[in-house]
Amino acid sequence: MLKVVTKAVPAPADGDAAAARRVYVDLRGVAKTYRRGHGAAARATHALEAVDLAIREGEFLAIVGPSGCGKSTLLRIIAGLHPASEGVVEVGGKPVAGPQTNLGIVFQSPVLLEWRNVLDNVLVQLELRGVDPRPYRERAMKLLAQVGLADFADRHPHELSGGMRQRAAIARALIHDAPLLLMDEPFGALDALTREQMRLDLEALWMATNKTVLFITHSIDEAVLLADRVVVMSPRPGRIEQVMDIRIPRPRGLEARRHPAFVEAAERITGIFLARGVLHGAGQVVPPTGGDPP
Amino acid sequence: MSAGAVAALPRPSRSAAVGAWLRKRAGAMLVFALLIVVWEVAVRALGIKEYLLPPPSKVWTEFWKRHDLVMGGAWVTTQEILAGYALAVAVSVPLALAIAYSRFMEQSVYPVIVFLQIIPKIAIAPLFIIWFGFGFTPKVLLVFLLSFFPIVVASIAGFKSADRDVMDFARTTGASGLRMFLKISLPQALPQIFTGLKVGAALAATAAVVAEFVASDKGLGYLLLQYNGQLDTPMVFAIIVLLSLIGLAVYYAVEIIERIAIPWHVSQQGATHDAVL
Ligand SMILES: Nc1ncnc2c1ncn2[C@@H]1O[C@H](COP(=O)(O)OP(=O)(O)OP(=O)(O)O)[C@@H](O)[C@H]1O
Ligand SMILES: [Mg+2]
Repeated sequence: MLKVVTKAVPAPADGDAAAARRVYVDLRGVAKTYRRGHGAAARATHALEAVDLAIREGEFLAIVGPSGCGKSTLLRIIAGLHPASEGVVEVGGKPVAGPQTNLGIVFQSPVLLEWRNVLDNVLVQLELRGVDPRPYRERAMKLLAQVGLADFADRHPHELSGGMRQRAAIARALIHDAPLLLMDEPFGALDALTREQMRLDLEALWMATNKTVLFITHSIDEAVLLADRVVVMSPRPGRIEQVMDIRIPRPRGLEARRHPAFVEAAERITGIFLARGVLHGAGQVVPPTGGDPP
Repeated sequence: MSAGAVAALPRPSRSAAVGAWLRKRAGAMLVFALLIVVWEVAVRALGIKEYLLPPPSKVWTEFWKRHDLVMGGAWVTTQEILAGYALAVAVSVPLALAIAYSRFMEQSVYPVIVFLQIIPKIAIAPLFIIWFGFGFTPKVLLVFLLSFFPIVVASIAGFKSADRDVMDFARTTGASGLRMFLKISLPQALPQIFTGLKVGAALAATAAVVAEFVASDKGLGYLLLQYNGQLDTPMVFAIIVLLSLIGLAVYYAVEIIERIAIPWHVSQQGATHDAVL
């Protein structure tokens, strides 16, 4: 699907090289409580609790955690779309006080504009920024080709499958070449095969640029295969359970799944989820109701 | 269908499109023609009195005898409809915009509109006669009043329907309020606005006729009452048909504008919608 030429880069011998780079996204003691209603009817949801996280420039950081643990909330706080209830958030050395614009964002659902075709949905990123989109058409077409939508540039979103829509949204997040990429389960709607391909493509794309990527996923495999570091979150209220360095050489092809570091990391994350009750050992199935006599 | 198959479909030419339109509606037209024939034959065969149910042929011949007078009335009524409807559109869309974007307007004006909407508007027609006399004005105002509410309510809903994620995406581009409105909120609202415009258009003809019923010396509503009083049933039928045609024309005009303005939405609604209209 994507042919980005990249050099094979050896994994850093240790974290020093990465650790030396400056922190690009910095969260200190971030908490989020959603409040609804007033007085007696007031209801509060503690989505995040005391999150400390530093994402370094050029780093690929993945967050895994169970549904509802506050992953999307965290992403929105970093993007400045929701204010944090407590704590300090900084992006690029500046405190986040409102929506951040120097980033590309992919939401959990592909938020395309129904009245624009796929190409124009990518270009709207520039139009909204007050940039003339015409010089970007060629780049947009290249990005669409990368995500396998070259033949669908003139289609409208309702003519696309869910996975295709999400791929268009990914192209839209890349068109303006922002230094920070926030992706909220971008491959959630994709089938297993496309998902694998998109993972390889994303890694290649990231290696060809020096973007800082925050990648949220449900998939332990995906997190370990993509990230320099994986952040494991606990069930709600979300806290950071563990941060793991993943030392698998890049590019991590299909065979990376057999790498001992992959196996070890995946097992450790699974272990955390087992301990937290997010996963249960043997399948615990609700027995069927009613019943035909045996 | 594969991508290739879709891409291979040629874009239909205009004449081909008209042909397709005719083919799709051929069945309905046939049934309609059949109904008229059955009506004609039944009335004659059963000897039904003309003042109860005239045969279609009689409706036509009677209409043709007095078509100058009737068409003059139709023109008056059409003007009332168009003026009242245009006024309704001109007032309600900007008002909806103000209500959708101003908290003050939403809290002060919107509840009043919701309340006024409950009043049976047609009951106000006699009052308009007291206030504005027998001329053009009260008719235009009643058309305005009936078309106004569905357009305002639908437009407010449209402007407020902005998807949270879409707006959040737009906020990460740093777009100004105006640019956000033009590129996102307005196009997003258009389908609902057009729904309101079509409901309003459908009510406009009714409003004009009712206003003419109440007090008038011209227009189709006036003629309808005259012929009804004279038990001239064929002419009553002729005028009902004419009124239907005017209503239909206004409705279709709005729909054509809709097709031009938001083709993406119309095509999205797909075949089921097409089949009806
Ligand atoms: N706008 C909101 N208002 C109120 N509560 C919210 C809002 N958004 C999220 N929440 C709550 O905050 C918690 C975390 O939600 P969030 O969407 O961040 O989870 P998530 O980790 O992204 O889950 P998933 O993996 O299912 O997408 C949930 O309990 C949710 O109910
Ligand atoms: Mg989420």
